Amino acid sequence: MTIHPIPSGTRDVLPDEMRELRAITSTALEVFQRAGYGEVQTPALEYEDTLARGDVRGAPPAYRLFDEQGRVLVLRSDMTVPIARLVATRFADADTPLKLCYLAHAYRGVRPQRGQPREFLQAGIELIGAPAPQGTAEALTVLCDVLDAVGLADYRIGFGDVALYQALLDGAGVDGAARERVLHELVTRDFVGLEREVAVLGLDASAAELLVRVPQLRGGPEVLAGLDGAAAEAAEGLHGVHALLEPRVAERLIFDLGLVRELGYYTGAIFQVYDPALGVPLGGGGRYDELLGRFGRPLPAVGFALNAERLHIALAGEERGERL
Amino acid sequence: MSGLTIAVPRGALFKETLDVLDGIGVDTSEVRANDRKLLFRDVGIVTMRPSDVPTYVEAGAADIGITGKDVLMEQSEREVYELLDLGYGACTMVLASVAGDDPMEEARRRLGIMRIATKYPKIAARHFAATGRQAEMVEVKGSVELAPLTGLVDGIVDLTATGTTLRENGLVVREEIVTVTARLIANPVVHKLKAAAIDELLERVRAA
Repeated sequence: MTIHPIPSGTRDVLPDEMRELRAITSTALEVFQRAGYGEVQTPALEYEDTLARGDVRGAPPAYRLFDEQGRVLVLRSDMTVPIARLVATRFADADTPLKLCYLAHAYRGVRPQRGQPREFLQAGIELIGAPAPQGTAEALTVLCDVLDAVGLADYRIGFGDVALYQALLDGAGVDGAARERVLHELVTRDFVGLEREVAVLGLDASAAELLVRVPQLRGGPEVLAGLDGAAAEAAEGLHGVHALLEPRVAERLIFDLGLVRELGYYTGAIFQVYDPALGVPLGGGGRYDELLGRFGRPLPAVGFALNAERLHIALAGEERGERL
Repeated sequence: MSGLTIAVPRGALFKETLDVLDGIGVDTSEVRANDRKLLFRDVGIVTMRPSDVPTYVEAGAADIGITGKDVLMEQSEREVYELLDLGYGACTMVLASVAGDDPMEEARRRLGIMRIATKYPKIAARHFAATGRQAEMVEVKGSVELAPLTGLVDGIVDLTATGTTLRENGLVVREEIVTVTARLIANPVVHKLKAAAIDELLERVRAA
């Protein structure tokens, strides 16, 4: 036997796994198409400038190469930015809302020795030209439709708003380098560090308490009901979406006032999918109301992507009765 | 009690961690009585090396865990929530070299680079980068104090509680890098799905 290696973080899929994976992705595409989302495909390679315009800070493209003219090409690190490019270019005059879906691989860099994938399969939608709160409610509904259809039983959806903590920082007058330091602790999930950085800001006690307490709040709608003042105002957007949801969708939500996502283009509501059978999220999404404007067709938009391989692991885990 | 699986570090933090768990109503008597057993399913405790705690918690094999800030700094890429500074297990990460004329200083001046032995290559490398000095990290697994005495390196970066081991090996502290204590960490998915259980546990630890 001769072993021919493949790059770490990549994988071959053999028929037994492929059959199960295909069942999941076919179901997802069926649900998307039934909801009116048309499937699109974009090249795995894009110009580096295109992704840079999209602000994929947090998940930057990791693989670059040169074409025959010396231009820099990258392997896409997500599908949302390529679809924003596609909409601005191919649908410059099309009526909105535009409903698009995809099943595609994306590519990201990995940290050594962590078993992270360089190449992963995403199934997702982009709903373009549909503002909050209706657009957000529709995306959440399609998300639940897909997860129900593939047979995942115990999933929950973390639901937050990237603008919420920013509004609290605005309210407390925290800006510049101090603001960056506070946000860094939040993004790195360090509440000990968050408390330390807030303590040195010299705010009055109630403002400081708000900045430390609010991002640790998560749970049912009672989390929103318990807010007052600046925090309540900042959570208005979440209320608006919640009010539009069918009970079967609303009951899946975990309101999470400290939720952050790694991609830089999110502007409002964000969500993340959890299942008790897996220690990492299955996917997520959110509103990106500024992204299309950077490509010359300003439109409010929302979308999500599910990691097909993680969805498969969670389904298998649920079947075996695994729970965190 | 809480239905949470807790990763407990064996070693220097072991006893105080069990004291904290006793204080919030977890029965740790079986854990204390049993040196070799690793998994105590009835009380939701798994015991392991401190440096393995983030691995188990990140993957969700344990819901929450306790480990030193030194471990978390060295494994800063782990996706876990850091929820509480437990205050005990205070140690200082120091840069040390043999007593007398500092060999690190001579190496820096004449050779342009210092050789540093450590179990914490990332923390050490960050410290030298942040202070604008060139240093080569030599990762060792056992007693770091041996490395400068045998000429393997010019200095060491290591954790010390009292400084006794350093002194007994003829080493002196040249710089203090950071003070670390025990931290309570949580899996990011568990932090959302079992929010009430985690918050209740946090309340009880804070009150204890």
